[in-house]
Amino acid sequence: MSQFLAALRKDLLLQWRTRSQLVAVFVFGASALLLFSFAIGPNAAALREFAGGFLWLALLLASTLALADSFESEMSQHALEGLLLLPADPRALYYGKAVANLLQLTLLGAALVPVMVVLYDAGTARVPALLGIIVLGAAGLSAPGTLYAAMTAQVRARNTLLPLLLFPLVVPALLGAVKATSLVILGDPMGQLGAWTGLLVAFDVIYWSLCGLVFERVVED
Amino acid sequence: MGKGGWPFAVAGLGLALLVWGSIWGLAFAPREQYMGDVQRIMYVHVPTAWNALLALTFGFGCAVAFLLRGGWRWDARHEAAIEVGVVLGALLCFQGAIWAKPTWGVWWDWDPRLTTTAVMVFAFSGILALRRFVEDPARRAVWSAVATVIAFVDVPIVYFSVNWWNSLHQLQSTPATVSSAFHWPLRINAFGVLFLMSGWIWLRARLAAERLEGELAPPLGGIELAQRQPLGGTS
Repeated sequence: MSQFLAALRKDLLLQWRTRSQLVAVFVFGASALLLFSFAIGPNAAALREFAGGFLWLALLLASTLALADSFESEMSQHALEGLLLLPADPRALYYGKAVANLLQLTLLGAALVPVMVVLYDAGTARVPALLGIIVLGAAGLSAPGTLYAAMTAQVRARNTLLPLLLFPLVVPALLGAVKATSLVILGDPMGQLGAWTGLLVAFDVIYWSLCGLVFERVVED
Repeated sequence: MGKGGWPFAVAGLGLALLVWGSIWGLAFAPREQYMGDVQRIMYVHVPTAWNALLALTFGFGCAVAFLLRGGWRWDARHEAAIEVGVVLGALLCFQGAIWAKPTWGVWWDWDPRLTTTAVMVFAFSGILALRRFVEDPARRAVWSAVATVIAFVDVPIVYFSVNWWNSLHQLQSTPATVSSAFHWPLRINAFGVLFLMSGWIWLRARLAAERLEGELAPPLGGIELAQRQPLGGTS
């Protein structure tokens, strides 16, 4: 546990010291949100209807940048190897990194919400519910994303490979998050929010345990 | 027959069965009442679907075996099974589109099985790309095995989630829902594709094993090659 906290502290500190990168990723996500509206045209009703989907697509695209960055510093000067030789528990390293990525993506998603509200007129009074969905969805992206980032950081063509591996995998999480977000924004007359949130929780539980289990094999030499 | 000929024999048997079943299905089986001749694509579509899933399941089994027990043979089989599974999965999508256009009026529909198949094909294509980009054979084997386990676990979740999202596909066909006149060509083709697939995986695993042997061999060959072609020499 103390190893996990130390790893988490290290990753949060790293993220804090490279916070200008996070700002750049946020601007990337915001400009993606801006571009989606050009794909639809100035149709206010349609934009509002698809706002949830656009928010998650922007976050998904931005997340590949954030996730890829998260292992960059571990690879330079064999930092990860050094940590493993300490010896640090690989699971503690994984969960530290994954939780740090989860926090980063949550922050990113929360920061993109006002952009979505302004651009698509997709406001909602149910802010805590929306934040909860963002946390759950960000967890769905960060668990497999952290694992795949650990692999692709050591490979050529990493910028292509990470989305190639991650995008098909997170389809259920994306579907659950988009549906739940849309229900929060547009109203939920049929009471379906619980079912989609349940799907998100199930996806998160499965991948947070499975990825932690196999991470050791990915970083061993 | 020497040991090397068996996969060819299995694939040949599969091809022969496939030709037999397809001729039966195309020429002698009765026309389906509502869909007409379009329905005859079922004789290859359904066997392709079964065997694509079977190949990927076998690949998953090989990945688990490699992770738990090691052994390069499992890595070679894993590579072969995933590759054949992706080819069959892509074929499945194309056959489905050909069938769907005249029947449903669209090439594609977001129904659970189509969507799951597409996601599956993309997920496992990504793993093939990963294998292509990792040069170290040990890392390649472990990473792609891990990725296969993760992707395979995803398939039922994708199916389940898309099922909630939308549904239109025909219900699964069972002998009870298919008239006996359609059984035989379907069964023959199912075994045809099964044998063809097994032969392919077998041959492809052999190729992968040969490549692995070269990669894992001590770099003596490299030294010889360097001696034969000194630096700066023309090649």
